Amino acid sequence: MNTPAETDQPAAAKVLDPHHVAWVLRVADGSLVLSQRMTEWCGHGPVLEEDIAFSNIALDLLGQARLLYSHAGALEGRGRDEDAFAYWRDEAEFRNPTLVELPNGDFGQSVLRAWAYVSWQCLVWARLEESQDPALAAIGAKSIKESRYHQEHLGAWVVRLGDGTEESHRRMQAALDYLWPYTSELFHLDAVDSAAMHAGIAPGLDTLSETWAGYTSALLQTATLKTPAPTPFMATGRQGRHSEAMGYLLNELQSLARAHPGAHW
Amino acid sequence: MSAQASLPRDFFAAFGTTEPAPEWWDGSEEHLWVILRGIPDPEIPAISLVDLGIVREVHCESGARAATVVITPTYAGCPATEAIRQQIQRVLEAAGVTSPAIELRISPPWTTDWITATGREALQQFGITPPCTIAGNLPRALQFRPACPRCGSHQTEQISAFGATPCKALHRCQQCREPFDYFKPL
Ligand SMILES: [Zn+2]
Repeated sequence: MNTPAETDQPAAAKVLDPHHVAWVLRVADGSLVLSQRMTEWCGHGPVLEEDIAFSNIALDLLGQARLLYSHAGALEGRGRDEDAFAYWRDEAEFRNPTLVELPNGDFGQSVLRAWAYVSWQCLVWARLEESQDPALAAIGAKSIKESRYHQEHLGAWVVRLGDGTEESHRRMQAALDYLWPYTSELFHLDAVDSAAMHAGIAPGLDTLSETWAGYTSALLQTATLKTPAPTPFMATGRQGRHSEAMGYLLNELQSLARAHPGAHW
Repeated sequence: MSAQASLPRDFFAAFGTTEPAPEWWDGSEEHLWVILRGIPDPEIPAISLVDLGIVREVHCESGARAATVVITPTYAGCPATEAIRQQIQRVLEAAGVTSPAIELRISPPWTTDWITATGREALQQFGITPPCTIAGNLPRALQFRPACPRCGSHQTEQISAFGATPCKALHRCQQCREPFDYFKPL
């Protein structure tokens, strides 16, 4: 047979488009920044079980970020590793959607934000299984199983708090009204996303919008929450233009590594 | 984020296990599996790395006493992965493998369906209810009510969806009233 021998070795990272690395970094940044926000709940959860849940979800998100950063480093081929991406880039180089960097607010707001983003992740991971980039497909297949757990757990809390007491309902609706305009950015296709889509690296984010909206509005209805009307607002975190919260977040995330370069434990 | 420093020798003692003393490797692939089967999981020492299904492949070149072990992480962010890698490295070196190579591979993703019958029995004995079989239907697996590892009752309820390690959830038996760990299907 003339077909190349089947090999179990992972395919060498191959750049399929000039925007390939940029797209991988956007997804990685989303996981890292949400992980950092969820970690802030460690030791402050309203009940022990949720303290543990948030820490566990944060750890899984960190795992995703590590895999994606390592892959981005391999694609880039300039010797940057996961730490270089996490600790040594400045604010404008981070390309996470603004949604994940917003301050936690109360527990309900944190739940709602994480649920909205994780639900988006589930759709992206599923579609990455068809990616022309085998490493990205593998990361998607690995991550989706964990993300589904997160989605289920967080979604259950959205329902419990939305359809809870008068006070919890009021707070959840307020959190939803505040967060909702930031979700448009998750489905906004710019030059990087389009290039990645046309190269077969990434799914068209705009095509995920309908599925996501269908799922979220059904769950919000169960939670007796009113899905806010669309607004023309478009957040710009994925363009590197962040909210004022981002600088503080990065300062906490990066200060130790920058004060003690090369430190390890 | 990367744990570059090697772990102290007594690291595993903190988990109630000690570094196993392996047999001298006879150069065969079968024997390499036997040696690997002797390495406990650092977080749940009742089960071996092989029975947990994270050792995927073993390749060896007996003449050069060289070996490559392919492992896969349970959860992407599992903090034990680095400890596991170092532990395999040390055990293989102690067994006389010259510069063992440990390769981390994430595809296909680890599933609890890979836990062996021996492994499931070990978890049960340890007081952790083994995961139900997924067989491609995770939503159905999530509906499953695990039996109490002490009295066997299926009258159980979930206390916490997440537990002390990424792979476990906390449940309670309504019959004997005891809490127990459930190994989550993944
Ligand atoms: Zn019982």
